[in-house]
Parts: sequence; C-alpha cells; structure tokens
Amino acid sequence: MNRFLLPLGLFVLLAVVLAIGIRHSAEKGVIASPLLGKPAPQFSLPELRDPAQVVRSADLKGRWYLFNVWGTWCGECRAEHEMLLKVQRAGIVPLIGLDWKDDDAQALAWLTQLGNPYQAVAVDHSGRAAIDWGVYGAPETFLVSPQGVVVYKRVGALTDEIWTREILPRMSRAAAPGRS
Amino acid sequence: MRATAVPVLAACAALGMGAAAWAVDPTELPDPALQARYVALTHELRCMQCQNESLADSPVDLAADLRREVRELLLAGKSDEEIRGWMAARYGDFILFRPRYSLRNAWLWAAPVVLLLIGMLIAWRVVRARTQLLAADSSAPEEDGQP
Repeated sequence: MNRFLLPLGLFVLLAVVLAIGIRHSAEKGVIASPLLGKPAPQFSLPELRDPAQVVRSADLKGRWYLFNVWGTWCGECRAEHEMLLKVQRAGIVPLIGLDWKDDDAQALAWLTQLGNPYQAVAVDHSGRAAIDWGVYGAPETFLVSPQGVVVYKRVGALTDEIWTREILPRMSRAAAPGRS
Repeated sequence: MRATAVPVLAACAALGMGAAAWAVDPTELPDPALQARYVALTHELRCMQCQNESLADSPVDLAADLRREVRELLLAGKSDEEIRGWMAARYGDFILFRPRYSLRNAWLWAAPVVLLLIGMLIAWRVVRARTQLLAADSSAPEEDGQP
C-alpha cells in the first residue's frame, strides 16, 4: 500500500501547484500594483485648461474618482477616449486626467477635437506624478475611494467590460452596507 | 615596436570613447563613489516599459525619468536599500532584478532544500530496507539445513 501512497501524494501536490498556476494565469501579463489598498499618492499640479489653477489630490477626498493617465502621443488613449466620454455621460464617477509628459497645446487640441471627459486634467510635464502612481504605460486608470484609497488599477484602455465588471461593482459594494 | 604600439593604443582609446558615446545614459555624478552606486543601481532596476532591460540600458523616456529619480535620491543622501524600497513602493518588487526574500516567495527558496531532504529520506529508507533484507537473507541458510 505504502508504495502507492508516495507517488499519489506527489501527484496530488503537483496537481495543486499546477491548479494554482492555472487559476492565476489570467493575471500573468499584468503587473500587480503595490498601490492597491494603499492611500493614493499626493499630487499638486497645474490644470491643463487654466494653469493658474491647481489640481490637488487633497481636494479630491470624500468622493469616488477615476484617475486616468493619458497623453496625445499615446495611440491606445485615442481608442479609449470614446469610452471615457461614455463614463462621463453616465455621471456616476468623475474622471480626473493626468496628462503625462505631453505638449499642452496638443493636449488642449485633443480635448477640443475629441471632446473632454475630464472634470479636471492635471499636467505632469516632469513625469514625477506618474512615477509616484507607478505608471509604466498609458493609458492607465485608477479607481480611488472616498477615503482616498486606490481600490483598482487598470493597465490599458478602459472598456465596457472593465467598467461594468470591475469598476461599478467596487463602488456599489462599498456604498451599500450601512452607509446611512 | 614602439611605432606600432602607438596606433594600437590610439585605436583602443577611440574604441573606448566610442563605447562611452554609445551608452544610453551619459550621466556623470560629481562623486565617483556615488557614480559607482548609480551605475550599480541602474543596472539592477528594471525598465518597466521594456521589462527585460535595466534602467541603464533602456532608451525609453520612462527609464530616463527613473534614472533621474535614482540620481536625485542618491544626491539627497539616500542609501541603496532606501532607493530600492522607493522604487518597489511604486512599481512593486517586479522592478528589482535581484529578488528580495519575503514570506510570499519563501516557498520558492525553500523548495529545493525541502525536495533534497525528501529525496535523502527516500534514499535512506530504500538503502535501509535493502540492507535489512540482505541481513535477513544471509541469516536464513545458516540457521538450519532444511530444504
């Protein structure tokens, strides 16, 4: 009996290890952000349309917001733009843009031409704010809770599927139990 | 002899300078000790955009930005470990080419040792069973001459 027990045990162990690998295979290409569950990075940057104004992370506390990193040099951002306008029309959560290492005039032209989904656009010429957010490729979108905690991060374009499956449930789940 | 050595040396010098000019990163810190740490750090931090290149080797914009951060953190007097931590806090452990020990990956480090121990245990048990068998076998014909 004993001679079958050991191979069987090894087989079960291997099966468990492989099963874990398969279950996590969907996340393989995505690098998990260490920011998840942590307070959103602080920033204080000029606003694109009115550089005299300052977009501050501190002012955003107390409500949900989507922090969207984009640039006119980013092709995928153009593809994503229609979805951003849709999110804005839904009126559920405001979009705060971070114009990453971009030309202001081109960025303004982009918003006039394609429509502006953002409540405010922070301008990050130096790329420092993007680094604080751990951004490595636009577009990236973060969902930040009213407590100022990063709840979700999407690398790549926002889609209908991401919006309904990942973003909406996170906001309603947090809002539902015993908030009143 | 000396006449040929000079052009060879000149060629070597030119090649050396060529290599320096080809480098992605022309940064020179004022302090040679800082420069050495800068070079070491930028070689062990990953370019997040290209992923298989280090910050030192990558020509992309983000790598240049991250090199600037390394430079400024060094000049601000931060230790190598603090700079690694600074990077990992933003980009995760993935940015470190040299992995850190943690509870999450402890099994990876322990697995070879555990497997070796299991193998040794199995080998020991097999050898012991064989020697016992041999001992029992050799004692049998000596006890009596029954067929």
